[in-house]
Amino acid sequence: MSFWEYANPKRFMALSSAALPWLTGLTALVLGVGLIWGFFFTPDDFRQGSTVKIIYIHVPSAFIAINAWLMMLVTSLVWLIRRHHVSVLAARAAAPIGLAMTAIGLITGAVWGQPMWGTWWEWDPRLTSFLILGLFYLGYIALWEAIDDADTAADLTSVLCIVGSVFAVLSRYAILFWNQGLHQGASLSLDKEENVHDVFAYPLWTCIIGFVLLFITLVLLRTRTEIRARRVQALIARERMA
Amino acid sequence: MIALLIRDLRLAIRTGGGFGLGLAFFLIIAVLVPFGVGPDSAILGRIAPGILWVGALLSCLLSLDRIFALDFEDGSLDLLATAPIPLEGLVGVKAISHWLTTGLPLTLAAPVLGLLLSLPEDAYPWLIASLLIGTPALSFIGAFGASLTVGIKRGGLLLSLLVLPLYVPTLIFGAETIRRGAEGLATTTPLIMLGAITLGTLAVLPFAAAAAIRVNLR
Amino acid sequence: MELQVLDLGVIRGGVPILEGVSFTLAAGHVLLLRGPNGIGKTTLLRTIAGLQPALSGEVSLDPEAVAYAAHADGLKATLTVRENLVFWAQVYGTSDIAPALAAFELQPLIDRPAQNLSAGQKRRLGLARLLVTGRPLWVLDEPTVSLDTAAVAMFAAAVRAHCAAGGSALIATHIDLGLDSDTLDLAPFKAKAPAQDGFDEAFL
Repeated sequence: MSFWEYANPKRFMALSSAALPWLTGLTALVLGVGLIWGFFFTPDDFRQGSTVKIIYIHVPSAFIAINAWLMMLVTSLVWLIRRHHVSVLAARAAAPIGLAMTAIGLITGAVWGQPMWGTWWEWDPRLTSFLILGLFYLGYIALWEAIDDADTAADLTSVLCIVGSVFAVLSRYAILFWNQGLHQGASLSLDKEENVHDVFAYPLWTCIIGFVLLFITLVLLRTRTEIRARRVQALIARERMA
Repeated sequence: MIALLIRDLRLAIRTGGGFGLGLAFFLIIAVLVPFGVGPDSAILGRIAPGILWVGALLSCLLSLDRIFALDFEDGSLDLLATAPIPLEGLVGVKAISHWLTTGLPLTLAAPVLGLLLSLPEDAYPWLIASLLIGTPALSFIGAFGASLTVGIKRGGLLLSLLVLPLYVPTLIFGAETIRRGAEGLATTTPLIMLGAITLGTLAVLPFAAAAAIRVNLR
Repeated sequence: MELQVLDLGVIRGGVPILEGVSFTLAAGHVLLLRGPNGIGKTTLLRTIAGLQPALSGEVSLDPEAVAYAAHADGLKATLTVRENLVFWAQVYGTSDIAPALAAFELQPLIDRPAQNLSAGQKRRLGLARLLVTGRPLWVLDEPTVSLDTAAVAMFAAAVRAHCAAGGSALIATHIDLGLDSDTLDLAPFKAKAPAQDGFDEAFL
C-alpha cells in the first residue's frame, strides 16, 4: 500500500474524519498547557517586564506563517507532478490560515514593539518581510477566487506559488540589504549562546507544538470543506452536461 | 519571431495607448509628488530616486494587462499557440516588445523628470543605468503575471495584486543604486544584483508564463 | 499524411463529454463532423489541434501538421489585409500570399485595415490564412459562419484544391458544402455519466 493512496479523496475523507476529534483534543491540551504555563508560571524578564509574554503567541504564529507557505509549495508541487486533487486543495485550505498567522504575527509584533522600541511599526527587515509575505498570501487567495474552472485555478495558483516562493526568498535578501534592523536575532536556535533562557524556552516550545497541531487540525478541517465544495462543483458540472 | 515583434510594435504605435499613456503617467507622478511633499528641493532630492523608481514601476503596470489579453480576445493566441513558434519564445517576444514600448521610453524620459525633482547631479548616470538594467525585469515579471490572468475578465486589478509583490526586489536594488550613486557610495553591489534579477527573470519566467498560457487555453 | 484517431476521449471543464472516438482521415479526403450543439465538436477539434490534452486515446498526427481555424479569426483591426496575411505567412515560414489572396478574392481589399472589412470579408481573410500555413491537415471549426453563397463556393473550391494537392480537412459544420466528403456523427460517442456511487481521484 502506497503513501499516495491517502491522496484519494474518499480515503482522505474517511481517515481525516476519524483523526479530527483526537487532533482537536490534543491541540486544545498542548496549546492550553503551553499558554497557561507561559502566561502564569514564568518569571518576568528583567528588562522587558511582563511584555515578554507576547512571545508565546508571536513566535509560534510567525513560525506557522512561514511554514504554511512552505507546505503550500510542497503540496502545489505534488499537484503539478502527480495530479492529486487533495494535495492542491490542501494548499488552498492552508492559505487563509497562513494569512491569519501572518496578521497575528504582525499585530502581536506591533503591540510588543510599542513598549520596547517606542514605535508600533518600524521598517525593519523582519517586519517588512512579513508584510510582503502577507501580500503573497493575498495574491494567491485572490487568484483562486478569480478563476471559475477548478483545474485551471489549481494549475495557475500552483505555478504562482512556486514562482512566488523564489521571489519571497529574493525579497528577504533584498530587504536585508536595504535595511539592517532593530529586531532581535532568532529566539530559538540550536546555537545555545543566542537562545532565550530555558525558563522561557520550554513553554515556548510547547506553544510552538500547540500551534503546529492547531495548524494541522485547521488545514484538515478546511481541506474537507474544499473537497466537498469541489465535489459539489463537479456534480453541478455533470448535471449541466446531461 | 521577428515578425511577431514587428507586428506587436506596429500595433502599439497604431493603436496608441502603449507608449504615450505610460510616459504621461510617469510625468504626472513626478509632477504630483512635489505638490504632496512640498517644494523643498533638499527633501525632493533625497526622495527622488524612490519616486522615479516607483513611478516607473507603476507606469509599467498600466499596460501589462494588454500583453496577452488583446490576443486572447480576438483568437490570435489560439492560432499562435498552434503556429510553429514555441510559446516560451512568444512570451519572450511579448515581454521584449512591452519593454521597448514602456521600459525604454521611461528610461529615456527619467533624466528630465530627475531635473524636476532636483535629483543630485552625481546620480544621473546611475538613474539611467539602473532603469536600463532593471526595467526588463519589470516587463518579464509583468508578462508572467499577465499570463496567469489572461483568462479572467477584468483581471487588471488582480494582475496588480499578483505582480507588485514580485517587483519588490527589483525596486529595492534599483532605487538603492541611485541613492548610493547620489551619495557617492559604491554602487556595484546593488547594480550587479539588479542585473542578476533581470537575467534570472529573462531565463526562467518565459517557461512559467508559457505553462500558464497553455493552462489558460485549455 | 493520414490522420488516425483511436479511442479518443475529451474533456470540457473537467467533465468527459466524448469517449471512444475513432476514425481515419486519409490524404486527399474531407471529413465532416456533425452533431447537435454542445456535443463537443469544438473540444474535439481543439484536442486534435494540440490546444488541450486528451483524456484518453491517441491522435496519430503531430499537432505540427495541423492548421487550426476557429470561430475567432485572429485578425488585428489596425493592420491591413496584406499585413495580417504577411504576418501569418512569416510565422509559418512561407512568403507567397498571392494564391491565398486569389482564392478568396481579397486582392481589391489588400490595403484596407481589417477593422473596415465586413464580417464576411473578415472571415474570408481568416480562411485565407490557412493557405499560407502550408500545413497538410486543416482543422476547421464552423468555417462558413457569416459567409454568403459565393464565398462558401470560394471556400469549397479552396478545400478541393487543398485535397487535390494531397492535403486533408476535418471540418465541423452544419451546412452542405457541396464537397465529396465523408461524414462522422458524434452523437453515438457522447460520454456516459460515471457511476453515481461516491467519487474517485478526479471527482467525476
